Amino acid sequence: MTAATIQRNRPSGFRISKRVLPYLLSLPALLVCIGILIPFLTSVVYSFQRYRLSQPWARQFNWGDNYISFFTDPKFWNTLQVSLLYAGITVVLELLLGLGIAMLLQKRSTLNNFISIMLLMPLMTAPALAALMWKLMTNPGFGVLSYLASLIGLQDFRWASSPSTALLTVVLVDIWVYTPFIMILLLAGLRSLPTQPFEAAALDGVPRSFVFFRITLPMLTPYILTATLFRLLDSIQQFDIIYAMTQGGPGDTLTVFQVEAYLNFFQSTNVGRSAALMIILWAITYFLSNIFIKNWLRLRERARGQA
Amino acid sequence: MEHTSLLERILRGIALALVVIFFMFPIVWILMMSFQTNETILRIPPQLVFEPTLANYTALITGKLMTAAGTLDIAFMRNLWNSVFLSVTSVAVALLLGVPAAYAFARHKFRGSEDIAFTLLSFRFAPALLVLLPLTLYFQKLGLANTYIGLIWVYQLICLPLILWIVRGYFEDIPADIEYAYRIAGHSWFATFRKIALPLAGPGIAAAGLLAFIFAWNNFVFALVLASADKQPVTVGALAFITSSGIQYGQISAAIVLSITPTLALALYAQRYLVEGLSLGAVKG
Repeated sequence: MTAATIQRNRPSGFRISKRVLPYLLSLPALLVCIGILIPFLTSVVYSFQRYRLSQPWARQFNWGDNYISFFTDPKFWNTLQVSLLYAGITVVLELLLGLGIAMLLQKRSTLNNFISIMLLMPLMTAPALAALMWKLMTNPGFGVLSYLASLIGLQDFRWASSPSTALLTVVLVDIWVYTPFIMILLLAGLRSLPTQPFEAAALDGVPRSFVFFRITLPMLTPYILTATLFRLLDSIQQFDIIYAMTQGGPGDTLTVFQVEAYLNFFQSTNVGRSAALMIILWAITYFLSNIFIKNWLRLRERARGQA
Repeated sequence: MEHTSLLERILRGIALALVVIFFMFPIVWILMMSFQTNETILRIPPQLVFEPTLANYTALITGKLMTAAGTLDIAFMRNLWNSVFLSVTSVAVALLLGVPAAYAFARHKFRGSEDIAFTLLSFRFAPALLVLLPLTLYFQKLGLANTYIGLIWVYQLICLPLILWIVRGYFEDIPADIEYAYRIAGHSWFATFRKIALPLAGPGIAAAGLLAFIFAWNNFVFALVLASADKQPVTVGALAFITSSGIQYGQISAAIVLSITPTLALALYAQRYLVEGLSLGAVKG
């Protein structure tokens, strides 16, 4: 059709450059890919080695030893447990809260728009700095939250410095920073839903709970899945908040994957174990993201089929 | 929503108020602490009314901290400058390299283009330390450890994928016919890119650049691993500052306020771009 005539009328020299140009333009992207892949492969190699920075002479391949030792290593199981627990709790709570807030703000009004902009602020705060803010507020000496806790009868509530409440405290910071992310995505989703089904339901006098579970939630599922995927993958890799708040402590209460790998690398200089930990974390994220992307593509196709 | 009862409206109001208090309180509280002296901060119960002082900020800006034990040098302004320099330069480099690449990905489906794009996206989800720990060893060998160039290089790992994915979507939305029409009129490829594609994708490029800046500014782990004190941005510097200054809570609060102000101001100023970038990067894919 018209494309054919356009092809013929193209200025000369376009063909040659057309073949080379895309490669030339995407070269930086390619270089970044290589810049990521080389260290990645190096990590794989390290993970199969006995490699301690303190004993470089003893460096040698021990093949699966780093991985096999994990099975009998209580520290590894602690890492796995804390990471999954942290990711699970934060994602579930943030989803519920984010959905609730998004529904509160769904109606477009000046006040609602203003609040949704205000809620961007925690999300734009660097997680490491957010952890420091909460650290100041939970200081046992003068922290305002410690004071408020004492008002409701929690005398000497130790927040992040007590093993029993450390997880709760970092989860709270995570919720503070990242709930707005889920809220924004779901709010965009809610506001983009077609209005007819809701009008029809209102006309028929369908109960609100039925509307929520049978219309709103199913139509919102692609958004919820995307938000969950993003948060789950970020959360299981959380480093900034936990490291800035407690450095993985007290003891090894909060040694999630990345914190444990960091401490292994820089404190015990055990590069091999550190790399093996990162490979396992990578495998978990890869597995999770594949499940989600498959679901997401299926949902998107279904949504397109309906449209 | 017209038939909401009075009770429901009250409940909604209370819920919204709680939400606003929970999410705003830490920022307001730290802001208040930054205008207090250590004596008022340490008072129990915490004071809501106090005589504001600028002493914390002047101490940070002059870099001289007066304590009972003597004068202490604080290099916080250096950290702030590092943050500005690293974030601005990284985003500029990423835009310079990433926007043409995004254009190539959007316009020319060549062999391997989807593979490269997906590799970049999948590594967005890979653990940062997986790449960073081997890089520290490489950087020491290459002499790039603790240099601005080395840091800007690794910051591309944050900025470039973000810019590529968001801007690519915007380029794909521009109808190719518009560009063909301009080229038929005898304009070069570059002129078409500059005069047609770039302006039309402008909002997308702004959104991507803004997000990349915020991500670079807020990054913690890259500089923690690869930079020592004189090259550290605020995120790492503030943590070191807490450990070194110990009990100067007023100054720490002021340092946090100065560190989060740029991203918060940018976010508020350009919130529409930001929301678009966040939801586009996530939803549109």
